[in-house]
Amino acid sequence: MELRPGLKLSSAVCSTEVIVVAGSGDIDLTCGGVAMLMPGAEAGAADAVDGLTEGTMLGKRYCDDDGTVEVLATKPGDGSIGIGQTALSLKEAKPLPASD
Amino acid sequence: MAVSGFGDRTAFGSVGSGLTYTELLERSARAGHYFTEAGTDRVSFLDVSSPALPVALFGAAYAGQPFVPLNYRLADGDLAALAERTAPASLVAGTDQVARVASTAGLQVIERDEFLSATESGDALDPSAWSMDPDDIAVLLYTSGTTGEPKAAVLRHKNLVGYILGSVEFMGAGEDEATLVSVPPYHIAGLAAILSSVYAGRRVVQLPNFDADTWIDLVASEGVTHAMVVPTMLARIVEQMTARSIELPSLRALSYGGGRMPLPVIDQALRLFPETRFVNAYGLTETSSTISLLGPDDHRQAHVSDDPSIQRRLTSVGQPLPTLEVSIRDDEGAEVPSGTPGEVWVRGEQVAGEYLQQGSKLTAEGWFPTNDGGELDAHGYLYVTGRLDDVIVRGGENISPGEIEDVLLAHPEVRDVAVIGIPNDQWGETIAAVVVGSATEDELKAFVAERLRSSRSPDTVVYRDELPYNDTGKLLRRVLRAELAES
Repeated sequence: MELRPGLKLSSAVCSTEVIVVAGSGDIDLTCGGVAMLMPGAEAGAADAVDGLTEGTMLGKRYCDDDGTVEVLATKPGDGSIGIGQTALSLKEAKPLPASD
Repeated sequence: MAVSGFGDRTAFGSVGSGLTYTELLERSARAGHYFTEAGTDRVSFLDVSSPALPVALFGAAYAGQPFVPLNYRLADGDLAALAERTAPASLVAGTDQVARVASTAGLQVIERDEFLSATESGDALDPSAWSMDPDDIAVLLYTSGTTGEPKAAVLRHKNLVGYILGSVEFMGAGEDEATLVSVPPYHIAGLAAILSSVYAGRRVVQLPNFDADTWIDLVASEGVTHAMVVPTMLARIVEQMTARSIELPSLRALSYGGGRMPLPVIDQALRLFPETRFVNAYGLTETSSTISLLGPDDHRQAHVSDDPSIQRRLTSVGQPLPTLEVSIRDDEGAEVPSGTPGEVWVRGEQVAGEYLQQGSKLTAEGWFPTNDGGELDAHGYLYVTGRLDDVIVRGGENISPGEIEDVLLAHPEVRDVAVIGIPNDQWGETIAAVVVGSATEDELKAFVAERLRSSRSPDTVVYRDELPYNDTGKLLRRVLRAELAES
């Protein structure tokens, strides 16, 4: 699918929804190992692939190893976000003291 | 997101009577519908802080229209000029402001309470209609114009989102936390506070017109845990707290920025709030707020240290945020080594560096030259000396007013001071110190000469009862320059 920052995608296997923070071009973004759905696309019946059910947490960011693709989970769910069959990692926030 | 995470929490106002996150989302969607129906290009806002502010801000984003807050303290002529530049726009105005803009062509003015009523019920935009294009303009903010005609700084959604994602943890605030916002809506810190707080889930208490006593009373009555102030506000808070011998134990974190903080003020504040975590934040409108901060541990360490190099950190703006780069450049744009003064350049997702008429000011490599003078020390602490336009060139020597002001403020009989350049045939410029205080001219000249080079000692000292500041704490040097040039 054609990713671009700002694009909202939903999972075909669970309640997860994400918004793309970084990453452009033809990237196979998946949830639970199944391609995520573009806005307005109908969800068919699909099950998560075993091993890709770590889940997504609300407000957490997930990225690939070199940081070229990053998504923000706007709704949590049971599937893991990935590219193809490789799960993205949870991006650890470095909380800063409130400044404004 | 805030709604699915903590929709029933109070977002704005007092617990029980304020707006919850769910209500804020619903009202913003209705406001978005209202602005879309109005068919305007922008959403403007001419009022003090109130719940109408976040509703209009998020409603504008829903409708895909840039949000343009105007400074209600401007003189009629200046306001009319900005209002004309902002049209065609919907404009939410305070009751006392409506008449000031009612006749401006291209403005559809709605009074604040009427606007809030209109968002109580009725048609709303569908959240999925929100384009979420990161390149759309989110906010146009007129710069304070301390050096001339105000410019409209462009902040795109990607800049603001970059700032929030990079510096705030979603739902990072506890349910008992509340932040007191006393900076006005037309200041970048006033808008950033709304975005940061909503993302963190921290309740916002709004103080429409700052005065120190009301601020102190609100902190106590609302159980305020966080607050952001400009230096002139902190100075008054410290004075009033001392006069009333009051303590504010609920205040866990106090951040300040928007101008130079006099050392005596922060020193006294650290004593008055022994348990509070202090943050000094430095940023510009053009960088979506904070780019560098001095954190709580650095404050306390510097405050008790005997080591001058650590003590000095209280006059720094700390270290750049990990999500961006800061570099100090010379006049040719080449990076200078640490410890060498130059111009502060910054690069990162949150850095917009763009104006509506003038376009992008970013270099080909994406750096924004801030026009602020500064230096990085060997440990990466950033010291900002002030606007480069304010640098005094005396006999070919570049002199930063901030350095002399810091020395003069350390004199016990100087309450406030501004150092400015006065045109002079022989030297190009000479140094004038405008002082609020009782120390004599000779004392002050000697005081500076002992601590800095003699060429940095003021050539003239003039006295004032107070210095001219704008309401967001920026010293108006051009006013003093004009006054002194006349005399």
